[in-house]
Amino acid sequence: MTNAAEYPARVREAFPEAKLSVQSFRDRTVLVVEPADLHDILQHLKDHQGFEFLVDVTAVDYDGYPTPQPGRFGVLWILRNFDAEADLVVKTHVDPSMPTDGIEEDPALVLKSSCDLWNAAEWREREVFDMFGIRFTDHPDMRRILTWKDFPGHPLRKDYPLRGRGEREQYKVVTRDEVL
Amino acid sequence: MGLEATMPVDNILTTQVQAVINWARRSAVWPMPFATACCGIELMATAMSRYDLSRFGAEVFRFSPRQADLMIVAGRISTKMLPVMHRIYNQMCEPKWVISMGACASTGGVFDTYAVVQGVDQFLPVDVYVPGCPPRPEMLIEGVMAIQRIIDEDNLPTDGNGKRIPLNLALEPNYEPAAQPVDVSVGLS
Repeated sequence: MTNAAEYPARVREAFPEAKLSVQSFRDRTVLVVEPADLHDILQHLKDHQGFEFLVDVTAVDYDGYPTPQPGRFGVLWILRNFDAEADLVVKTHVDPSMPTDGIEEDPALVLKSSCDLWNAAEWREREVFDMFGIRFTDHPDMRRILTWKDFPGHPLRKDYPLRGRGEREQYKVVTRDEVL
Repeated sequence: MGLEATMPVDNILTTQVQAVINWARRSAVWPMPFATACCGIELMATAMSRYDLSRFGAEVFRFSPRQADLMIVAGRISTKMLPVMHRIYNQMCEPKWVISMGACASTGGVFDTYAVVQGVDQFLPVDVYVPGCPPRPEMLIEGVMAIQRIIDEDNLPTDGNGKRIPLNLALEPNYEPAAQPVDVSVGLS
């Protein structure tokens, strides 16, 4: 995949008011956008710039990151344009408004779903929700995907302990006398 | 042919019913392969012709727990998989035995995380632990033979609390371990 360096300028052309910034690392162009502009920019990239293929949706927890970041969580969409052979990363940052050690819904950690653009986003966004607790509005099926329904945490958050909070121990022990 | 050819046909053998039952059980241990990781590959190799688990009567892998009497837990068990393992174990008919195969099933192995059970013996009555990462097929065969010795010893008597009294059967290497190098000079002045 070649560099997608020209696409941020085209997005700037289409969204003159939007707050954008561009990062580049090892030929990978990252377009950092505001959460409010995110869905419109994704739609523009899909409909007018040929990014018809969604590679991945994932997130990063920047808690304790050595260099300051615009927000605690970075959520990123990796898009691919097959015709131009270009990959573009669209990234946005969200900050929690409450302590992140629970599973309560945080109104600050809500983004608009991109399932209406790419069907492939459905499971990816469920994974982001499961692992980071970032919810998506207008998602058809906003449930956990990897851990189970009552899992008491979002395990890829940096403040979640690696060995869990007793989830792996809290099961009943099967004995020989037990009948199903 | 075989044993009966060496004996007059009108002879009578006297034995105990339990001894005959144990002989029948030990000679046809049908395993239920609960293979969740790379140990399952060694488990398959054990069943194949090179190692040939059928020499010990245990080659008939049953994927229905109703037809199996030995559960071989081969691989790490995630907390999400644990209820499935419970259900399959409960569906197996008595008498039944459990082999915990490999480091992950026995202790969690290197996967000391929130998602992996740190040893299935916390949740299942394990009879034989087979060490290794993954164990060689010979090691698993030794584990199956340990199960056969357990069956020979009449299912292991239980103590008052429903737990089995261990037979002190251990899997021991049948070779002399090589001496480990002790002089480490790297990094020393």
